[in-house]
Amino acid sequence: MAKDDVTKYKIDCYTLPAESNWANQTRADALSWLNQNGLPNGREEYWKYTNPLSFNSSKPPLKNEIDPSYKKPIFDNIDCVKLVFVDGVLDLENSDDLTLTGLEIEPLAKANKNEDHWSLGYFGNIEGSSQKVVKKTLASLNTAFAVQGLTIKITDKVSKPISVVYYHTDQISEALIHHVIKIEKNAHATLLESGGISSRSNCVMELSLEENASLDHIRVQGRSHERESITYIFSNLEVNSCLKSFTLTVNGRLTRNEYIVNINGENAKAHVGGAIVGDNGFSHDDTVFITHSAPNCESRQVFKKVLRNGAKGVFQGKILVKEGAQKTDGYQISQGLMLDEDSNFLAKPELEIYADDVICSHGSTCGEIDPTALFYLTSRGIPKPEAQDMLVLAFLNEAIDEITSNEIKEIISKRLLDWMLKRHKS
Amino acid sequence: MLIINNLNVELQEENKKILNGVNLEIKPGEVHAIMGPNGSGKSTLSYVLSGKDGYNVTEGTVSLDGENILNMESYERAALGMFLAFQYPVEIPGVGNMTFLRTALNSQRKANGKEELSAAEFLKVVRDKAKNLKIDADMLKRPVNVGFSGGEKKRNEILQMAMLEPKMCILDETDSGLDVDAMRLVANGVNALRSESRSFLVITHYQRLLDHIVPDFVHIMAEGRIIKSGNADLALEVENNGYSQLLAECA
Ligand SMILES: Nc1ncnc2c1ncn2[C@@H]1O[C@H](COP(=O)(O)OP(=O)(O)O)[C@@H](O)[C@H]1O
Ligand SMILES: [Mg+2]
Repeated sequence: MAKDDVTKYKIDCYTLPAESNWANQTRADALSWLNQNGLPNGREEYWKYTNPLSFNSSKPPLKNEIDPSYKKPIFDNIDCVKLVFVDGVLDLENSDDLTLTGLEIEPLAKANKNEDHWSLGYFGNIEGSSQKVVKKTLASLNTAFAVQGLTIKITDKVSKPISVVYYHTDQISEALIHHVIKIEKNAHATLLESGGISSRSNCVMELSLEENASLDHIRVQGRSHERESITYIFSNLEVNSCLKSFTLTVNGRLTRNEYIVNINGENAKAHVGGAIVGDNGFSHDDTVFITHSAPNCESRQVFKKVLRNGAKGVFQGKILVKEGAQKTDGYQISQGLMLDEDSNFLAKPELEIYADDVICSHGSTCGEIDPTALFYLTSRGIPKPEAQDMLVLAFLNEAIDEITSNEIKEIISKRLLDWMLKRHKS
Repeated sequence: MLIINNLNVELQEENKKILNGVNLEIKPGEVHAIMGPNGSGKSTLSYVLSGKDGYNVTEGTVSLDGENILNMESYERAALGMFLAFQYPVEIPGVGNMTFLRTALNSQRKANGKEELSAAEFLKVVRDKAKNLKIDADMLKRPVNVGFSGGEKKRNEILQMAMLEPKMCILDETDSGLDVDAMRLVANGVNALRSESRSFLVITHYQRLLDHIVPDFVHIMAEGRIIKSGNADLALEVENNGYSQLLAECA
């Protein structure tokens, strides 16, 4: 099938919604960009290590075995404002009351019908403006057609985390989700996302952090073995703002998580991290593009992947420091831990620097469990499989440590350990 | 307790022979010392006894309390009561010292059909024992051996020994890198554990540790075998005359 046919067939799966004038215009622009450029075919440099074809497919996704643990969402014991999606569709009846000081949440479809909604100028714009450097037409597809999602405006320091819980119940389900989030001046929020969205999903999040704003974002992706997900986080950071985003991924046939971070204001900080555990036919790709356009800013990328039984891990990370972004502090580390010889870790770290007074470092390693450490643990009576788990967790801890909240850090570590112990029993 | 019979060992990777027929019997409650020049095979012996990978036993047997241990995994030997205080304790970033100690203790208790200690019970015991070795709360909280000084690492080894209460304790150059005060602290820790049912194999290059931990027997190792055995006086002989004279005598 020629490239244009793939794009055409995919587009034919959806219809453009009729909303406000501005939303209609934004969607039409995204669609025209998609039509002009087509969906990725896998020959692009940007898709060198991960095959995008199943994201493009107009055929139904693979049938998923539903993971029963979806009934017990990981963050259920945290006091939070909960928003529920079932197979990619917002379920307001099972969501919490949305009235909380400092918070305005609306379904995307509703916001887009409002001729003067605050999300005018944000929806499709943060995504759209990042298309020039590298084309991301799967995100354009999302902007054109996604009707599910949330618009979230944070106007103050929100006392409870906002928890978006995805329940995946339909074995063959496909979802497009689009969230628009604006953190206003001096405001702060914690945003949690957990669970499997659907068998195949394409999820875009547009984030705007204004002066002095901060967001802690922690995401735990769905555990179904066959699921396919592509996610984009597009973010703009203004003066003194701080974005911390962490993702835990265990399982999934195919995952591509992209972070596009534009640091536009001075003294801003962006930390993105991920802990990834993959087995068998698992393929996981983190693609990060951080642009420093203002001086005195800091960015960190910490990604750790544990792979076994032929699993594949990919990391593409770029730090672009523009002229004038002096005193940039950029750090990037990606590491693969191979539990056997069949697995693969592919890393492409890149630095592109046009300012002369910056500190930027990047490192990438690929190794196996340290036999000396393993012997030390087992010589104290810890059985080998458990000792191995301890070392795997220790490896992942450096990424988990990127999470600010100790409570959440512990929940994540505990969940990982439980999964590992269960694996020995099965 | 421990019977080593004609133990011959080579490296798995390069067919290099390191132990050439080691014979040694340690009875319950006894303290044996092994001395010998660098490279004579002392650490290798301790690793083979505790079950490290990478060695081939080409001949000989080792039994602990009558059980042949050579086919056992290292954690099974540990549960049976084998303990090695490492010459170079391993740093493990990301694993907390407390978690490590508690997991080790409870794994052994489980293997021996005993109930696991709760977090609170464990904490009480470990604080008590750590205090005697002047190990503070901060050291317990840090990742295993990471950022510990040489002396702190060795004290941490003894703390593990005190917590796990093994039957057969092997100490590999526990004195190296310690100043006099630290050595006394470590020796006191070891002596406190001496009992009729617990045996020690103390490996050392120098005699000075044996002033503090007085052995019942001393063996001299060279080129992968024990060339001479005697009582504590043999250690003094080494101290006064050096190894070369002894080696020449036994050649
Ligand atoms: N893993 C190894 N690879 C190569 N040579 C080794 C290895 N382990 C031990 N050896 C060699 O075996 C001999 C004995 O070493 P070791 O047991 O460490 O001696 P000691 O502890 O008495 O100083 C030395 O010649 C050493 O170089
Ligand atoms: Mg040695």
